[in-house]
Amino acid sequence: MSSLTLRNIHKNFGNTAVLSGIDLDVADGEFAVIVGPSGCGKSTLLRTIAGLEDLDEGTVTIGESDVTNLPPSKRGIAMVFQSYALYPHMTVYENMSFGMKIAGSSAEEIDRAVRTAAETLGLTALLDRKPKELSGGERQRAAIGRATVRRPSIFLFDEPLSNLDASLRVKMRHEFVRLHETLETTMIYVTHDQVEAMTLADRIVVLRDGRIEQTGSPHELYTYPANRFVAGFIGSPAMNFLAGSVVETRLAQTIVRLASGTTIQVKVGSGELSPDSPVTLGIRPEHLTTGGDHNLVETEIKFVEPLGSHSYVYLETLDADEPLIFRASGDFRGAKGDKLAVGISANNCHLFGEDGKVL
Amino acid sequence: MKPSVAGWLFVGPALAVIAVFFFLPVLAAFAISLTDFDIYALADLSNLRFVGFQNYADLLQRPLFWQALRNTLYFVLVGAPLSVMVSLAAALLLNGQMVRFKGFFRTVLFAPVVTTVVAVAVIWRYLLHTRYGLINYGLDWSGLPIVDWLGDPRFSMPSIILFAVWKNFGYNMIILLAGLQAISVDLYEAARIDGANARQRFFHVTLPSLVPSLFLVGVLTMAAYFQLFAEPYVMTQGGPIQSTLSIIYLMYEEGFKWWSLGSASAVAFILFLFMIVAAIGQLVVMRRYGSGV
Ligand SMILES: Nc1ncnc2c1ncn2[C@@H]1O[C@H](COP(=O)(O)OP(=O)(O)OP(=O)(O)O)[C@@H](O)[C@H]1O
Ligand SMILES: [Mg+2]
Repeated sequence: MSSLTLRNIHKNFGNTAVLSGIDLDVADGEFAVIVGPSGCGKSTLLRTIAGLEDLDEGTVTIGESDVTNLPPSKRGIAMVFQSYALYPHMTVYENMSFGMKIAGSSAEEIDRAVRTAAETLGLTALLDRKPKELSGGERQRAAIGRATVRRPSIFLFDEPLSNLDASLRVKMRHEFVRLHETLETTMIYVTHDQVEAMTLADRIVVLRDGRIEQTGSPHELYTYPANRFVAGFIGSPAMNFLAGSVVETRLAQTIVRLASGTTIQVKVGSGELSPDSPVTLGIRPEHLTTGGDHNLVETEIKFVEPLGSHSYVYLETLDADEPLIFRASGDFRGAKGDKLAVGISANNCHLFGEDGKVL
Repeated sequence: MKPSVAGWLFVGPALAVIAVFFFLPVLAAFAISLTDFDIYALADLSNLRFVGFQNYADLLQRPLFWQALRNTLYFVLVGAPLSVMVSLAAALLLNGQMVRFKGFFRTVLFAPVVTTVVAVAVIWRYLLHTRYGLINYGLDWSGLPIVDWLGDPRFSMPSIILFAVWKNFGYNMIILLAGLQAISVDLYEAARIDGANARQRFFHVTLPSLVPSLFLVGVLTMAAYFQLFAEPYVMTQGGPIQSTLSIIYLMYEEGFKWWSLGSASAVAFILFLFMIVAAIGQLVVMRRYGSGV
């Protein structure tokens, strides 16, 4: 078990900068999830920690030791690949024992380690099978098994669930939580799926274009997004954004005029912003209301997505480019074409300045 | 139409071709090998006599046949593995991440395959020439004793092997290169994390993943090398002192020099049996070691 510290990590492929100045601290035993859109450098960052990529600049520290120039096998890490990367000609047992065999461990030692890991993951019955004789979920577990046998101080996972079907993904998600509880090892998990990030992480790291946008607990990121990107990325369905401009600002209150001329009172201070400065108002689907009498936005229902327990209602309005999404109760009875005035809850608004930063 | 009928219709043309160009000739060769088919029979078929296994018995008595068999096995057992190893080495080099101009090298190394044996054999005869050859010139220049490559029975077969390997390795190289490129990079990275060094990665990742390609290449090469003919025909005419006389060369001499077509067919049929045994042998090995891939 170990902590991980990254300082000023830079990585370029040719002329393209893929990682530009990453600083990250992951505490001992923490489950950190790196999340971001495709191509933002998540895998590259993970491979940097594993030692599979050479750095252009920066240091990687695991525990107390600087591992920047150590080969992957000497860093005390284990990695589970998206493709699982199980050796196809070896049985599960041989796959799991390969690293120890190379390291020259004794046969009893290997056997004990493999059987213990197999026990934890319910792999015992599969030890004599080859990877092609396993289902997707079983392969996944075999790959995790191979990683646990190494007794790493840090686990690295690169989108481990993306090759599984939806129901298996949910099941394996619970297994990851359980595994983390059992092993209490530091885990770093890469995904582009923010639901996975929310459900697994002690701490989420949002990455975009090779930079960290924000780190924090799932709750922090959801409630206090630092900028418009994080606000839009975390949460499903995504936050609604409405363009507007400042009318008046007081200590912890701002009045915003939307495109149609409607004014909205928001319980957020906007500091030094002078009147008429453009701002973006963000509000989550569950913070839209009906039946109020102020902060109303005139909309028309585009369609309704009933999910039983609740419905998502897509609303067209002059005030936003994209339809607003409104989380209504399960018995919502609006129909396409109906007019609806939704209220914006003043306590739950986010205001973003022109640079995208939260005010 | 029943599916089975449709199936037979689909494979029908291929089966017909195989029957006409494979089974029929094999059966015909076997039939002829049981007769004393010669130039008199060619002139008048009534001179043809059934002699049973007499041709085979005669062949097994002739030292020349055993010599040809030894030479052929020498060529197959040394030349085929050497050829596959050279192909593998070239494929590994071409597959290296640091290598530039891959397309160029691939073309250059493949070029000998598409040249005509006879034409390049003539060039090799010059290269291997005792007095004027470039190779002996090089040996002499570096202070080594020169070698009578094609005239010395100790060196004639190695020279032929060298030539054949040079001529053929490019073909297998392309097949193996495709096999190498199909191996997932993740496997190598997983092996690096497991602590495997370059040699261990080769033996535990590359080689096992390449087993199917290697067996394919092995079978093809062995079958081709059993049929050694053009190289000695052009370069040494089977000499010196029959040191490069191959089974096919013997068959050619029996059949088209002495017109003993019955005896020549017997030679061909014996070679056929050898190749069948070799192919089955490889199949058995492949079943055992290649099953997991
Ligand atoms: N070996 C390489 N050579 C050149 N460019 C590369 C290489 N590997 C990655 N890149 C580039 O670096 C960027 C980041 O790639 P990376 O694989 O880290 O993205 P990612 O966030 O993992 O995306 P995904 O979610 O699709 O897996 C991409 O733009 C990619 O094109
Ligand atoms: Mg990736």
